[in-house]
Amino acid sequence: MEYFKLALLAFIALIAAIGADWGHDLAYRVHALLIVGVSAGLFIWVLRNMEEQSIPAPAPTGYADGVIRAGVIATAFWGVTGFLVGTFIAFQLAFPELNFDWGQPYTNFGRLRPLHTSAVIFAFGGNALIATSFYVVQRTCSARLWGGNTAWFVFWGYQLFIVLAATGYLLGATQSKEYAEPEWYTDIWLTIVWLAYLAVFMGTLFKRRERHIYVANWFYLSFIITVAMLHVINNLSVPVSFWGSKSVQVFAGVQDAMTQWWYGHNAVGFFLTAGFLGMMYYFVPKQANRPIYSYKLSIIHFWALIFLYIWAGPHHLHYTALPDWAATLGMVFSIVLWMPSWGGMINGLMTLQGAWDKLRTDPILRIFVISLGFYGMSTFEGPMMSIRAVNSLSHYTDWTIGHVHSGALGWNGMITFGALYFLTPRLWGRERMHSMSAINWHFWLATIGIVLYASSMWVTGIMEGLMWREVDDQGFLVNSFADTVAAKFPMYVVRGLGGVLYLAGGILMVWNMWMTIRGGARNTAPVGVPAE
Amino acid sequence: MDTYSILRQLADSWVLLVMFAFFVGVVIWAFRPGSTKTYDQIANIPLKGDDTHPETDDDTRKEQDHD
Repeated sequence: MEYFKLALLAFIALIAAIGADWGHDLAYRVHALLIVGVSAGLFIWVLRNMEEQSIPAPAPTGYADGVIRAGVIATAFWGVTGFLVGTFIAFQLAFPELNFDWGQPYTNFGRLRPLHTSAVIFAFGGNALIATSFYVVQRTCSARLWGGNTAWFVFWGYQLFIVLAATGYLLGATQSKEYAEPEWYTDIWLTIVWLAYLAVFMGTLFKRRERHIYVANWFYLSFIITVAMLHVINNLSVPVSFWGSKSVQVFAGVQDAMTQWWYGHNAVGFFLTAGFLGMMYYFVPKQANRPIYSYKLSIIHFWALIFLYIWAGPHHLHYTALPDWAATLGMVFSIVLWMPSWGGMINGLMTLQGAWDKLRTDPILRIFVISLGFYGMSTFEGPMMSIRAVNSLSHYTDWTIGHVHSGALGWNGMITFGALYFLTPRLWGRERMHSMSAINWHFWLATIGIVLYASSMWVTGIMEGLMWREVDDQGFLVNSFADTVAAKFPMYVVRGLGGVLYLAGGILMVWNMWMTIRGGARNTAPVGVPAE
Repeated sequence: MDTYSILRQLADSWVLLVMFAFFVGVVIWAFRPGSTKTYDQIANIPLKGDDTHPETDDDTRKEQDHD
């Protein structure tokens, strides 16, 4: 087995070395060099460990927590990176001089923007989902992760995907599909990693010691399966050459647009909603120390969410070449979706019934509650914006950006912060986080940051939409596009400041986690003692 | 008929019916007699036991005695 690994790594390194030489474009050659480095490093690592392999190691018991610790650190790292890039590009929009001449074309807004979205959604959110799902599935199944080191392969494979995607954007490798920008070889790599993730998760479910599968795992599983399906179908493409990063999509025209937004909206629905609801169903009851309000509601809203979300994509394509019936279908399903979304919010909030006083003393619980509040708010705003008449005003304006951020910063960001604050002391065997008042500060910095962000985007979005449609008594458009850009300047600055506050909160969290992990003597034995 | 029309017709007739029936089935299943007791047990999965290690056989035996 070890010899097979060595041969495979050597083969990959050889192909990648040829690719670095023959590659048609810069991104491909840089990636090929990166892969040469990774596979050569792994080759040496496998070789050096061969001696030790001959001594049979004792079968590990306890929970596999090492990979979760790594995931928690990666989540915090990518989170702050993504917030930093986001804040920078927010100021690039306000002050175009920040698209420095010396950094062209690598650091212009067009290349940094997908870097920001992928860093926060896939690197920050994805690592949070992988780490928490590994934590939750072990605790609720009372079983160690299936597959031994496969979980580590998932972790490092996913980090490699992130690095390939991020450097690819800067170097100009993109297939220009929103939230699915990585080119063909990065997509294939992610598919392999994702199937390994599915195997680890399902394997653990199969060997569970509990009779029932707790609802959080249902949400996580639906997220993993659906993302695999979405990713593969939306990235069906033919590479122009094996030695280049460019590829051509299999679908064309409106079919391609529909596939893209079927993917795009379900990335929201299953990545940013179902997966994070899985987190909610474990961490909120844990932190409140009360079982979920209604388990029946969780089953019903799970299936309703699954059945409805998959149809909502066409609402991104109102007033396009997409047939009206399809757009209407998307709109109707989006509106119906409001109910299961609020089912989840109500279930989370009502779990605190009889324990609301804990909000005064527990800043972590407060973070969970505000994340549910933002979830409720943005799942009301979304269906409203999907209505064709509202969409004619809101689409292509900053209102959409504001909506996305109240969901992403408020719901996904906040619940992840809560989960990190929950996990860090437990995974490193500390009694609690280093500083409770820093958590409180983080809560307020992040909340005020989101409020500044969302409200400035509402104002500029609606203003922009109204300016675009304004006609004079002769029927001519009153404003040019540049007029709207000039009018938006003050709101852009406010949005940037909101980003600064949110980023400051994130840095405070990293400091707090650092101090918790480093500081002081351990209070208890490390979690999952002989695990790694 | 072309593929599009066949699929379209299938989707807004039988498939719609099957999916709707499945969903209604889920709701009825959730409210089946005796479900509350089962669900109370499941809802307590995250709160019981020790988060530091999987349940050992001793833990399981103790729990069964308890039941």
